[in-house]
Order: sequence, then C-alpha cells, then structure tokens
Amino acid sequence: MQAYVLRRLGVLVVTLLLISIIIFLVMRVIPGDPAQIILGTEANPEILAQVREKLGLDRPLLVQYLDWLRGIFTGDLGWSFHYDLPVASLIASRLKVTGPLAALALFFTIIIAIPLGIYAATHHNRLGDYGIMIFSQLGISIPEFWLGILLILLLAVYAHWFPAGGFTDWGEGPLLALRSLLLPALALGVVRAAVITRMTRSSLLEVLGEEYVRTARGKGLAERVVIYKHALRNSLISVVTVLALQLGGLLAGTIIIESVFYLPGMGRLVILAISQRDLPVVQGIVLFIAAVIILINFLVDLLYGLLDPRIRYD
Amino acid sequence: MIGLGLGGLVLLMAAISLFYTPYDPNKMEISSRLQGPGPAHWFGTDQYGRDIFSRVMKGAVNSLAVGLIAVGIGMGLGVFLGVLSGWYGAWLDEMIMRFMDAIYGFPAVLLAILITSVLGPGIKNSMIAIGLSYTPLFARLSRGNFLSLKEREFALAAKAVGRSGLAIAWRHILPNTFPILIIQGTVGFALAILAEAGLSYLGLGTQPPDPSWGRMLKEAQTFMNLSPWPAVFPGLAIMIAVLGFNLLGDGLRDILDPRIKFIKS
Repeated sequence: MQAYVLRRLGVLVVTLLLISIIIFLVMRVIPGDPAQIILGTEANPEILAQVREKLGLDRPLLVQYLDWLRGIFTGDLGWSFHYDLPVASLIASRLKVTGPLAALALFFTIIIAIPLGIYAATHHNRLGDYGIMIFSQLGISIPEFWLGILLILLLAVYAHWFPAGGFTDWGEGPLLALRSLLLPALALGVVRAAVITRMTRSSLLEVLGEEYVRTARGKGLAERVVIYKHALRNSLISVVTVLALQLGGLLAGTIIIESVFYLPGMGRLVILAISQRDLPVVQGIVLFIAAVIILINFLVDLLYGLLDPRIRYD
Repeated sequence: MIGLGLGGLVLLMAAISLFYTPYDPNKMEISSRLQGPGPAHWFGTDQYGRDIFSRVMKGAVNSLAVGLIAVGIGMGLGVFLGVLSGWYGAWLDEMIMRFMDAIYGFPAVLLAILITSVLGPGIKNSMIAIGLSYTPLFARLSRGNFLSLKEREFALAAKAVGRSGLAIAWRHILPNTFPILIIQGTVGFALAILAEAGLSYLGLGTQPPDPSWGRMLKEAQTFMNLSPWPAVFPGLAIMIAVLGFNLLGDGLRDILDPRIKFIKS
C-alpha cells in the first residue's frame, strides 16, 4: 500500500508539473506577446516595453517559468492587472461563493441520485424504473445552463420564490446566502444526479445478482435488510468513486452556472478576466481548478482501496 | 432507433438550412420582436424580431460542424499518440501518457478558457479546444486496444512475414480498433455539441451575428420576463441533438461491440 501511494504521489507531482508547463506555455508561447494582448494592437512601443519588463517577459523562458513555479509553491499566483490585487487572494475571496455552490450541488446530486437509483434497481423493469431511466437519459442530455435558465424562468420570474440572480453575502445572513445559491446548485446537481442515478441502479442490480445476496435471501432475511444492509453498501463503492470524480467536473460546471446566475464566484471572475485581458487571473484560476481536479482523482484512487478491502495494491 | 431518428432530424435540419430557411436568420424586424410561436413564426421571434426557427436551423450547422471537427481533432491526434505509445512503449509511452494525464485534468470548458483567453474567442478556437480536451480519451482507448491487439495471432503473423511496424499498425491493428472508436466518437460528438453550446453561452464560441444555440440562450435570458420562447427553443434543440447522438452511441455500442455486456432493462 505504502509503495503504491508513493508511486501515485510521484505521478501526481509529475502531472501537476506538466499542467503548470502546459498553462505557462499556452499563455507565453502560442500567440507571441502577452503584453500586446493586455494593451491591444495599437499600444505604444515604449509602454509595451515597460509592461514586458514589469511582467519579466524580457527574461529567458526557462527563468520565467522557474520564477512562476517558485511563486506557486509560496502561494503567489501572480498579480491581477485589473483589480491590482494578488491572484491568490482574489481566488480565496471568490471561493466563498464557488465552494459552497459546489458543495450544495453535490448534496443535491446525492439526495436525488441515490434514492432514485435504489428505487429503479429494486423496481427493475417496472414503470418506475422506466420513468427514472428516462429522467436519467434526459438529465445527461440537458445543458446545465439551460436548466438554470428554465429554473429562473419558472421559480424566479413566474413564481417569485427565488431571486433571479445575484448573491447575498454570507455576512447579511447565511440563509439568504444559501437561498441565492439554491437554484444554481439545483441546476448543477440535477444534471450530475442523472449520471449517478444510472450508476447506482446498474451497480445495485449487479450486486443483487451476487451469490451472497441470494444466500441472505435464502436465510430468510427481510428484503429491506438484504437490500440496505448487504447489497447497497457494496454497490455504493463504485458510486462513491464516480461521485468524487464528479467534484472536479462540478468545479468546471460552476464557471458557466455562475454566469447564468450572476454569482460573484471563481467562474465569473475567470470569464470577466478574459474580457479584461487579465491573463494572470486566467492563468491562476485555470491552474487552481486543474490542480484540484488532479488532486481529487488522486484521493479517489486511494479512497477506492480504503472502501473496498478486496482491492490489493501491488 | 430513437437516437437515429433524433440525430437524423438535427442533421436534416442543418442540411436544409444550407439551402433554405423560412426567413433570413440574421434579418432584424423590430416591429415583430418578441412574438410568441404562431403560423408566421413557428418558434416566435427574438428581441430584434429575428425568426427563432430559422436561427435554430442555422445554429444546427454550427453545432454539428464543431462536433464533427472537434471529434476529428481529438480522434486523429489521440489515435496517433495512442498507437505511437502502444507500439514503441518504454519511455515514449510513459512520456506521452503522462502528458495525456495532464491534459485530462482540464475539462473542455477550462481548456477552452485557457485557449480563447490567448487566441481570442471564436468557433475555430472552440473546435481546437474541445478537440484537444478529447485527445487523452482517444489516446488511452487506442493505446489499450493496440496493446492487446498487437499480441494477437494476426498481428504476430504479419510480423513473422516481415511486414514493417507501421504497416502492421496501419493495415492490421488500426481497423480492428474502429468499432470502439466509432462508438466513443458518437458519444464525444454529443458532448462536443454540449461543450460548444456552453462556450457560446459564455461568449467564447461562435460569434455574432452567426446564430448559435448557446449564444441565443444568452441573449434570450435578458428578455425572459417579456417573452420566454427565445429561451426555450434553442435549449430544446441542444437537448434533442445531445440526446439523439447519446442514444445513437448506445445503439452503436450494442451493435458493434458485443463484448460489452449491459444490464438491460
């Protein structure tokens, strides 16, 4: 186990380094001159030279990369041109919206998907099962931002139950803040729930066909005990893994949904940064999200082994 | 069959829009703006009085083009790297696969943000971004298949009669990986339509005045309290296209890959 963890840790470090190289190269090499991108094509050559010097673009590429990398390790992700603030503190301030949004969406995913998946599996080939599978197929195909727009239309514009957008700060009351996150989280959660419902159903169906389940039934155990005590626990191992992997996708999903609901989170910050040509912010946020996704994948790998004692690490 | 029907409907709509649309999709007519569905305008009109049905038809062309080219880029590059990795193995395999792992860390939207922030928004750059984000998936898939197929009798026989490595890979092994690539390509196509719609919604994909389903939804959101229809039909079109190609992928999997067993309902 220890050797496996160390080996995976090694791969994790290499992958993170490669990600940092990809981001660095895309931002510095492909188009030519970031200073030109920031100032536009009509910029004065003298000012261009000043900005290049300020950004350290006049130094060799390797030196620039190593300098950037050193900064990352010390928590310095660069400086925002537009906000005149450190990128790391900008990200931290926006995480108070994006973090709870992703967590709430995950909560919705679980409370929708697990019961539906269990119901579908235990009512296999019946009307309820078909209905849930149609929901799942539609959920996989629906764009989450369109679902968000439909929720705004129905529950905010027509019913006036929720705000159509914007965010009430946590300082003004946690319930008000939560209320402004409810619809976007629901839009994100429902789409992911569609995937997890399918997964729960197929995983539980597979386990229900195992011999130990037949034995449990043969012993005369109540069907409820067979399903919830014997089958469900084993079937949830793969579901938990996929659920954890969805976390990464959720972070990426927040980018669009925050724009739909005008939430001042990390996703909206990065979209605004693109239009403001604030490259250090774009670079910092993309690196942050990619690193979180890679880290989650690594933890899921380890979690899988902890959840399922049958898995051996060689 | 449902997948074929829905996918075919979208394809047909896109094909017809190349020759005919009920109205010019970009023609503004302020006097008839934000109208509901009716005989004159089946899906109603948007805030500039443009016919939504014509724009949805034309938007299908952009969505399908992005899907096709993005999957083409992802599959072409992925298969090339996967075969190279599987054939040569050793350090090259390790290097390519680690690089693929790194790209795998970027969801399509994130990679698109990175690329469009530098190259600028537009349909071409979104195709590149979505295509690149698919590369690791196709690389892993073709590498795995290649590794198992290269030890099979037909590949060993070709080697024994003196065929070159490239000839064995190209003429004997690659055709055997086609079924799985076609299945993944179809599903990838559906996801690319979804990703393009998302990017266009964010203003990073297709640029105005060209109609795009995602951008139409973005524009409709502002006028939603006056007329909900511009926010309904483009979304429905995205859902039908994605659903159609998803189901088509499932159907193709059933037909082309009998090794994969499903828990059928």
